[in-house]
Amino acid sequence: MSDLLTVQDLRKVYQIGRKGLLQARRAVTAVDGVSFVVRNGETFGLVGESGCGKTTTARLVLRLVEPTSGWIGFDGWDLLDCNKKEMRQRRREMQIVFQDPMTALNPRMSIGTSIADTLRFHGIGDSRSRVEEARTMLEVVGLSRSHYSGLPHEFSGGQCQRVGIARALILKPKLVLLDEPVSSLDVSIRAQVLNLLRTLQNEYGLTYIFISHDLTVVRKFCSTMAVLYLGKIVEEGLSDAVSREPLHPYTQALVNSVPQPDPRAPKARDLVGIEGELPSALAVPKGCRFEGRCPHRMKKCAEKEPALVDLGGNRKVACFLHSDAEAPTATIS
Amino acid sequence: MSLVAVSFIFLVVLLCLLAPYISPHDPFEAVARRNTAPLTGNVFLGADVDGRDILTRLLWGGRISLITGVIPTVLATAVSLLIGMSAGYVGGWFDQLLMRSLDIFFAFPLVLVAIVVAGVLTPGLFTVMIAIFIALIPYIARLVRTTTLSVKTQPFIEAARASGARESVIIFRYLLPNTVAPVTVYATTLIGMMMVLGSALSFLGLGVQPPTADWGLMISEGRTVLRRAPHATIFPGIMIVLVALAFGFIGDGLRDAMDPRLRSR
Repeated sequence: MSDLLTVQDLRKVYQIGRKGLLQARRAVTAVDGVSFVVRNGETFGLVGESGCGKTTTARLVLRLVEPTSGWIGFDGWDLLDCNKKEMRQRRREMQIVFQDPMTALNPRMSIGTSIADTLRFHGIGDSRSRVEEARTMLEVVGLSRSHYSGLPHEFSGGQCQRVGIARALILKPKLVLLDEPVSSLDVSIRAQVLNLLRTLQNEYGLTYIFISHDLTVVRKFCSTMAVLYLGKIVEEGLSDAVSREPLHPYTQALVNSVPQPDPRAPKARDLVGIEGELPSALAVPKGCRFEGRCPHRMKKCAEKEPALVDLGGNRKVACFLHSDAEAPTATIS
Repeated sequence: MSLVAVSFIFLVVLLCLLAPYISPHDPFEAVARRNTAPLTGNVFLGADVDGRDILTRLLWGGRISLITGVIPTVLATAVSLLIGMSAGYVGGWFDQLLMRSLDIFFAFPLVLVAIVVAGVLTPGLFTVMIAIFIALIPYIARLVRTTTLSVKTQPFIEAARASGARESVIIFRYLLPNTVAPVTVYATTLIGMMMVLGSALSFLGLGVQPPTADWGLMISEGRTVLRRAPHATIFPGIMIVLVALAFGFIGDGLRDAMDPRLRSR
């Protein structure tokens, strides 16, 4: 499989207000040197708890937010080198589905117009053919053609998410970023939407980046996954392997915090929560980011930061338990 | 209720437009004894301090009062949309510069700003409109800006951008409709208030000059004989209150009508 998207050392630093008049401006590094490769046709999962930089990564890839540094290659293009016009053209090929389907639709615009507008932005077809295509798209995502003129509030969350998917897919993009597409939906609707996404992926040959905090969903849905912690990837690999045999203590904790559905099942794994809270991105620990919460912490962990090391077989992990490699000292000001 | 208000405003506008044809007397000519009480002789609502027919003057005066309420408010809304949206959308120092300059106006009460503007210019209908127009801009622009700020961060704006929309399309097709609606509602409720303000300026002698008929001016002239002929003050007062109230109700109605959540039910 060829590479569709290559992200290298992506970094986003937000300058925020100073605490006092005489203090220096403070900086939050939301995404801190993230690198990954997404291959054509695969589903790449990005997992992590809220605030770890998943959504920021997605927005950086689409250049909805400008990265502080890094490199993004998409389908032979250097995205960060594209000017406004070129970027608009690239957006025909990379679309996003948002987490909250309701607010992602203009409340004063019919859902059909919202879908057809995507074509309009790129000057495709005339108004009549765009309406026709949007109606067809509504059918594709399992709604009815007559829903075209309905307003977003008349639909359920699941239906709105289908509209969001229709809007993203009408341009027949190559890459679709799914930013927690099912987190705000009822559990009963989730499977429907996930199945729809899967069907469409096969039909249109789509590549997905699936962002979620829900490890069980990612395990089922993604071929590859990367676990983000405080803006850094701590573990990466085939999602089956990662969830069956997690190497990083953080991933282990994530996997162990998934409740077992069968109460009589042998307690192979106890439900282990992670102690403590996600540290503030304002005060990132000096050594390993997970050190303060890690059950296996060593002396070294507080001082040195482990590098993301390739263990072979698509497996990468950043932990001293598995490799002694140190990350180059961070160069954030 | 807002339907009643709309019909009422419509009726008042119609009657005022037809003033030259339906008013029983000439608005400037004495047709009865001074301060004649209502329902006596040929004057239905009585005569004012100069013996002029009050009903006639109410019809003619309504034209001025409605103009001073509606036109400056509409113009100020248009200008405020431009100022507020550009400030809110562009942000940064541009926003600071625009909004801090407008903040200066908030140091003074709206009426005072209008009085200062009207005082600088020569009194007249045009002056009243300019004064109200200028005094209103900071208030509406501030609302436009805050609305713009909140709409701009809505995911659907980012969704449009991610789909490849140009900035101009985002502004006019996505941002503007969602900003105009709440602002229109606010502006409508202001129309009534601005009629009162226009009347106040005329009352103070800064606006329309006698002998022109204007509701505010009529109250001003009537107050000298408030005890002997209260009707000269009461009738224009009632008109101002009713029309201002009606515009308030229309604003309420618009709020419901423009809410997409309520539209289809």
